[in-house]
Amino acid sequence: MRSFTYQRAESASQAAAAVAATPGAKFIAGGTNLLDLMKLEIETPTHLVDVQDTGLDRIEDTPEGGLRIGTLVSNTALSADQRVRRDYAVLTRAIQAGASGQLRNKATTGGNLLQRTRCPYFYDPNMPCNKRKPGDGCAAMKGYSRQLGVIGTSESCIATYPGDMAVALRLLDAVVETVKGDGTARSIPIADFHRLWGDHPERETALEPGEMITHVVLPKPLGGKHVYHKVRDRASYAFALVSVAAVIQPDGTGRVAFGGMAPKPWRVEEAEALLPQGASAVVKRAFANAKPRSDNRFKLALAERTLAGILAEARS
Amino acid sequence: MEFNGPSQDAILTDPKVIGKSTRRIDGPLKTTGTAPYAYERHDVVPNQAYGYVLGAGIAKGRITAMNLEDARKAPGVIAIVAATEHEPVGSSDFNHAPLFGGRKIAHYHQAIACVVAETFEEARAAAAMIRTSYEPEDGTYDLAKVAPSAELEKGGWGDARSDRGDFEATFGAAAEKLDQHYTTPDESHAMMEPMATIAAWDGDRLTVWTSNQMINWGKESLASILSIPEDKIRVDSPYIGGGFGGKLFVRADAVMAALAAKAAKRPVKVMLQRPLIFNNTTHRPATIQRVRIGTDKQGRIQAIAHECWSGNITGQDGENATAQTNHMYAGDDRMTASYVTQLDLPEGNAMRAPGEAPGHMGLEVAIDEMAEKLGMDPIEFRILNEPKTMPAHPDRKFSERHLVRCLREGGERFGWSKRQAKPASVSDGRWLVGMGVSAGFRGAPTTKSAARVALDGNGGAKVTTDMTDIGTGSYTIIAQTAAECLGLPLEKVSVVLGDSAFPVSSGSGGQWGAASSTAGVYAACIELHRSIAQKLGIDPQTIRFEDGRVIGAGKTVPLSDLGQLAATGEIDFGDYKKGYDIGTYAGHFCEVGVDRYTGEIRIRRMLAVCDAGRILNPLSARSQVIGAMTMAAGATLMEELAVDKRFGYFVNHDLASYEVPVHADIPHQEVVFLDTPDPYSTPLQAKGVGELGICGPTAAIANAVYNATGIRVREYPITLDKMIDQLPQV
Ligand SMILES: Cc1cc2nc3c(=O)[nH]c(=O)nc-3n(C[C@H](O)[C@H](O)[C@H](O)COP(=O)(O)OP(=O)(O)OC[C@H]3O[C@@H](n4cnc5c(N)ncnc54)[C@H](O)[C@@H]3O)c2cc1C
Ligand code: SF4
Repeated sequence: MRSFTYQRAESASQAAAAVAATPGAKFIAGGTNLLDLMKLEIETPTHLVDVQDTGLDRIEDTPEGGLRIGTLVSNTALSADQRVRRDYAVLTRAIQAGASGQLRNKATTGGNLLQRTRCPYFYDPNMPCNKRKPGDGCAAMKGYSRQLGVIGTSESCIATYPGDMAVALRLLDAVVETVKGDGTARSIPIADFHRLWGDHPERETALEPGEMITHVVLPKPLGGKHVYHKVRDRASYAFALVSVAAVIQPDGTGRVAFGGMAPKPWRVEEAEALLPQGASAVVKRAFANAKPRSDNRFKLALAERTLAGILAEARS
Repeated sequence: MEFNGPSQDAILTDPKVIGKSTRRIDGPLKTTGTAPYAYERHDVVPNQAYGYVLGAGIAKGRITAMNLEDARKAPGVIAIVAATEHEPVGSSDFNHAPLFGGRKIAHYHQAIACVVAETFEEARAAAAMIRTSYEPEDGTYDLAKVAPSAELEKGGWGDARSDRGDFEATFGAAAEKLDQHYTTPDESHAMMEPMATIAAWDGDRLTVWTSNQMINWGKESLASILSIPEDKIRVDSPYIGGGFGGKLFVRADAVMAALAAKAAKRPVKVMLQRPLIFNNTTHRPATIQRVRIGTDKQGRIQAIAHECWSGNITGQDGENATAQTNHMYAGDDRMTASYVTQLDLPEGNAMRAPGEAPGHMGLEVAIDEMAEKLGMDPIEFRILNEPKTMPAHPDRKFSERHLVRCLREGGERFGWSKRQAKPASVSDGRWLVGMGVSAGFRGAPTTKSAARVALDGNGGAKVTTDMTDIGTGSYTIIAQTAAECLGLPLEKVSVVLGDSAFPVSSGSGGQWGAASSTAGVYAACIELHRSIAQKLGIDPQTIRFEDGRVIGAGKTVPLSDLGQLAATGEIDFGDYKKGYDIGTYAGHFCEVGVDRYTGEIRIRRMLAVCDAGRILNPLSARSQVIGAMTMAAGATLMEELAVDKRFGYFVNHDLASYEVPVHADIPHQEVVFLDTPDPYSTPLQAKGVGELGICGPTAAIANAVYNATGIRVREYPITLDKMIDQLPQV
């Protein structure tokens, strides 16, 4: 870990201004992802602006009938909130399928959205990785890629966005609210928040340098049956091979988003319109342009079968 | 004393302490976080500096240059031991890959430098500033590719080859035949406590406070590696956070700490950071296995062969998965062979039940497959082929063997009669449910072991030996042994372990520790009996020890009246064992559910029925077996070091990507010990259980998956991607 300077900000705009003004600065929230990456010098911030005193730790009702979640709300608190459990159960289930109890106590809403990939080569500084070092090459491309992406990837990087919470947020059409270094605020639909990185795998989100997440807004509840099925080799404490978030309405229509498949939570609205026709039609459409490798091709069949299981249970 | 069996000590007719479920005497230290593990021994020597080990970034080749300038100037840095500035260290009988090899790189993450600084963070930061350039060489990393050129194993733990009769001819003519291949992956010990050492020099004397299973091996190898006399070295390792064979040998932490302490002229502490554990230390090598079985029409095995191919950096000794096959099933014509090829991956070496653990993953699935071919129940097929004497060496008698009872009693307890022989015929909601069984065999080796027992003059006794407790419960069974032999309550016995200043014990490994070390303590107690008898003028044959008193020749003398009498004793095992096959046996059972949609496999319940001699402490023995069953679940369903065949290393080198079971994977485990003391094993009639528990549950799980789904995956780990194409249509 490189040495760095540290400051605590008292408001979001102060934090954003501080990061924007200091080259190499980063925000730190729960630290559960950032500190691990700093220990391996995959992240080497020169200055850390701690956002934990910014007061953004509440979940408020919105006039539109939704919820506005402060960035500091922990994964534990968000998943346990009565309103979330009642109206956005898919979010509770997605969060609780992630990490461990201890990590969820520390992990924040904004930090979770920004967690970085779990590509094993990304984690080993001896190996070439375009995401770590643009132009370096990609060790995973011809290597061990069982966990990695099958769609939306590029010639320079085949990693995935590994998180669970964001898959549910994508399903719910959440909106990310931010404040920039100059104090201006903006709202980014979750669909546009994580990027398909193309030739720039180091640019993972729509955030500009120094832009801070302040809230995540959920639109009004969707009703329906909420399911999050995370498939993995062990029963807990593992990243998804494939995860499927779904809200299924009594008439068989609904929404579906996939995790573990792509650089971002994968939801294709035209595909989900095919839900009444069954899992196969949806997955065929959603993954029409998939480029799997030999060791992760199974993810396509797995996504379809997982969705089939969800639909069967929703019907019963 | 030399033990020549059979044991018949009177203390075993009505033991008061031995054999009773006893909580660990070191338990409170562990649960309060006050047991001094190697890295936290802040009090043993003042002024400790922090060392950070840097691992090589290539798998094979040479270092052309190391730029140390920035690191040297970095804050807090005291010294750097670097491969370009330091002679390679020597080797030892117990180490194959170089622990610090100068410019020559033999495997990925080989230690190439140790940076010493005032704080851990400073040492780590400075280590990252070292710029190393390499001249890489091509290496060999693909076992399957080079296996055909492998040669018979040299210098491994078991028989490289054994033959009886004419396997090929009999197999060729057999009425029913099976010929199958199975593969097991490289595995990591992944113990909780990484390798760690504090090293301090006092002139030419070196002390290492470390985490090591085998104190005396450690002392011998450090002497050889560092080229210093053995008597100048002290190794101390009272608490060990798991080893599983990974700490049988000294590793780079000890060597680099010693070199760094010399360079820094200060004590230095080093812990290998987690990402180094997988490639810097040892692992269980992958295997390719072929099993052939030929039977008559009734299912009697006439011919059986088990061959294994594995690789190692030495090209000499590998993972001999055939080890159990010489002991398990009848059949007059038989053959086993273990072939090894050279690979440039990190060093393969012992991991919990080396050979036998992966061996059961081949053999015991083959037995299941053969039973199905014959239309027989797999328990009945095993029982039909239970041998009368050791099958590969019929002149060797079994000392005690109750495998049939293990299978029968296990079957009853587990509800085996409810199993549907036809696969994929039971479901529970979305789950396909199946049951599997496996037999288990693990040898019961014993080895020389010594201890000292001293009366403290206050009615208590203290045992000292260099035996280790790797989380197994050695402290407690040693205290139980001394308490039993001296007629004392358990709390009157204290035990100090793991210091090379104490008498040399068996150490902990190969499932020999419990049986051997307690036999050593017994020997020391017998010596003490003798000197007490002599002092009091009592015939040693009639002397008795009860309730803190010595009784004999009409006298009753409290132990507290005897002053600080002490004796050292050593057990040695005579040649008589050569005539016997002394093993431990188990029936392992498992029920799994397989998600019909996703193929996720979840264990529902497991049972082990064990025949393993006198169980000294059923409570800690049970912990050993359930821990081993858990490790077996990992080996079967998830553990795999992924080999990058281009760069030559294990890619998933952290605990987020090398998955071991978590609590949610292990719902219900039951362990039953048959009461089967073995007089031919040790004076206390004991054997080990720590490795028996991992020999077989693997295959029971695999067989249960097959029973649930009808899908036979022969490449471990059994993961859903290998089954998904064959799962039922949804
Ligand atoms: C062993 C392990 C297992 C895990 N398993 C899972 C899993 O199964 N599923 C899953 O979804 N996650 C998993 N995680 C990831 C975990 O959920 C994240 O580490 C956590 O959510 C990050 O939140 P944090 O507050 O600690 O972020 P930090 O580590 O503090 O920050 C992460 C990133 O976000 C930036 N950041 C933080 N807050 C803001 C803000 N308000 N505005 C702008 N930038 C900000 C930081 O600069 C940093 O780049 C796992 C993590 C670990 C260590
Ligand atoms: S897939 Fe992406 S993260 Fe992984 S090595 Fe390639 S560039 Fe790096």
